[in-house]
Amino acid sequence: MDTLALLAQGFAVALTPENLALAFLGCFLGTIIGALPGLGPSNGVAILIPLAFTLGLPATPALILLTSVYYGAMYGGRISSILLNIPGDEPALMTTLDGYPMARQGKAGEALALSGVSSFVGSFFATCGLVLLAPVLVKLALLFGPAEYFALFTLAFATLGGISSRNQSKSAMAAAIGLGLAMIGIDGSTGTQRFTFGEIHLLEGIDFLVAIVGLFAISEVFLFLEHRGADAAVGVSLGRITVPLATLAKTWMTMVRSTVLGFVAGVLPGAGASLGSFIAYTFEKRLVDKAGTFGSGDPRGVAAPEAGNNAAAGGALVPMLSLGVPGSGTTAVLLAMLLALNITPGPLLFQNNPDVVWGLIAALFIANFMLLLMNIPMVGLFVRVLMVPPHILMPAVAMISFVGIYSISGSTFDLMLMIGFGALGYVLRKLDVPLVPIILGILLGNQMEDNLRRALTISNGEWSALVASPLSIGIWSLAVVGFVAPLVFGKVVQAKMSATVRRAAAEADPD
Amino acid sequence: MTSDRVLGAVCLVLGLAFMFGASRIQTGFILDPLGPKTFPMIIGGLLVLSSIVPLVKPDPAPGWPSARAMMEIALALAVFVGYAVVLPELGFVPATAIAAAALSWRLGNTPLKSILCGVGIAVGIYVVFHLILGLSLAKGPLGI
Repeated sequence: MDTLALLAQGFAVALTPENLALAFLGCFLGTIIGALPGLGPSNGVAILIPLAFTLGLPATPALILLTSVYYGAMYGGRISSILLNIPGDEPALMTTLDGYPMARQGKAGEALALSGVSSFVGSFFATCGLVLLAPVLVKLALLFGPAEYFALFTLAFATLGGISSRNQSKSAMAAAIGLGLAMIGIDGSTGTQRFTFGEIHLLEGIDFLVAIVGLFAISEVFLFLEHRGADAAVGVSLGRITVPLATLAKTWMTMVRSTVLGFVAGVLPGAGASLGSFIAYTFEKRLVDKAGTFGSGDPRGVAAPEAGNNAAAGGALVPMLSLGVPGSGTTAVLLAMLLALNITPGPLLFQNNPDVVWGLIAALFIANFMLLLMNIPMVGLFVRVLMVPPHILMPAVAMISFVGIYSISGSTFDLMLMIGFGALGYVLRKLDVPLVPIILGILLGNQMEDNLRRALTISNGEWSALVASPLSIGIWSLAVVGFVAPLVFGKVVQAKMSATVRRAAAEADPD
Repeated sequence: MTSDRVLGAVCLVLGLAFMFGASRIQTGFILDPLGPKTFPMIIGGLLVLSSIVPLVKPDPAPGWPSARAMMEIALALAVFVGYAVVLPELGFVPATAIAAAALSWRLGNTPLKSILCGVGIAVGIYVVFHLILGLSLAKGPLGI
């Protein structure tokens, strides 16, 4: 009951005309960002954070704007999957399997509408799950001391690569690079300069926004230059943009099952949205694909991954909001957004700023309804955005990134740093070193050190205090299992995922 | 093969340098059991440890771009650096128009259209972000 009252308060915050307008703007921009090839949710939100920040919006409206962008981008990712067979982002990969064949059968409009409805179902019920589960986790988190938090941060890094991770040493390497970058600057509690090399600009440390925009957005421009002219959009006829009731009747159970699976995958550390859509798709295929139509344009094959990945995106918000520890790449960018607005997620946020938390959750519900209403009639407009050629799009993206970073500090030094991160990001992406642990390291490095410091101060320098409580021992064991499991199962899961994609692609495209 | 070995070697050196740097951090008067050195030491150690696997068991090399594509990327890098340097001197609109036009041209646009595209992007951003949203952009001698 308490939760419902708080949620009602949240709606009161989110339903002001100004906030509704921001949510609408965010949903619209987000869908466009998600639809553009090569600009996923992480990229889009990363570019917009500095802008929202410098516009001087108060915390709650800024939060509403950016989460709407995030949800919108999750919706938009499916458009290029279905029409071009190019996933707009990684979780949308599974949607190409049945979505693109549907488009080739002239049912692109139907596939888009159906995936819109499935996305809505997935994220709506995942947001409900968030409302129920987050307060429970917050109660648990209140038992955490600094030693437990230190273990929890380690757990986040250990499981970030996910069960399908190919190379755990590269994940660890990325985490070390990120944490190392966080050490630069004046140490908050002793006032000592660390790794500043006498450079004034480094005294305050590296701004994580500079690193994020460089690593994600600028490196994307380099990747585009490498493959330039590779994918040009072709005109596709949409057909009817509605879902026949018969199709809905046939797919609603699929949506429900996929939502549950996706949500669970999202809450668990180390899974994330890509695995959510994969699990949902393969489970549905096993369960209902008796005629072998999955992979050749079965509507259930569109509904399952879309409901699954949107539910996972909602589920991933549970640990991020209640513990302050993100479990996936996109939630890491959302954490960056919160920190940029000077909001530290975690149990204290629920206690001290309930209006921010519940306003945000209410905004998620509102964004969901808006996206459903916006996506079905306006999908034609979003499709046209896909036709913007990269030689106009990419320079614009690069320049807007520069504007965002320049507007924070107005310093050439930060711009240079951003370019450096762009080049670094390009090289690391080529070498298969994941970028998300770097971001998370920069974001969490100082908090992690603070917790270690506090734990050791309490115990008078006794390191065994880190594993003194059953809770911390539990978290450490999870971290060890989470790090070791991919070494054992990673290759198998990876092989399975790519085999499913390849087989389905071969079936859909016999030539 | 070699790519991963180079990555491992670079990270090994970086990790060792980081640990060396950490050992030379000046300790202040305020001391706590952890001190400012320990956590960086752990991170450096982690970097050293994680660099061993790519050195010993490297992944297959990625498809590096052709020399031509490499040149394109280097050129774009030069455009970005040049842009960052001249931005405060030239002002936002002229600098952005030039940089965006250069990028657009290298991404396969015709020269004339690239110039139009560059000017369009610069003016577009100026109108939306400066005139409408009130963001402060770099001001040059022309006042824009």
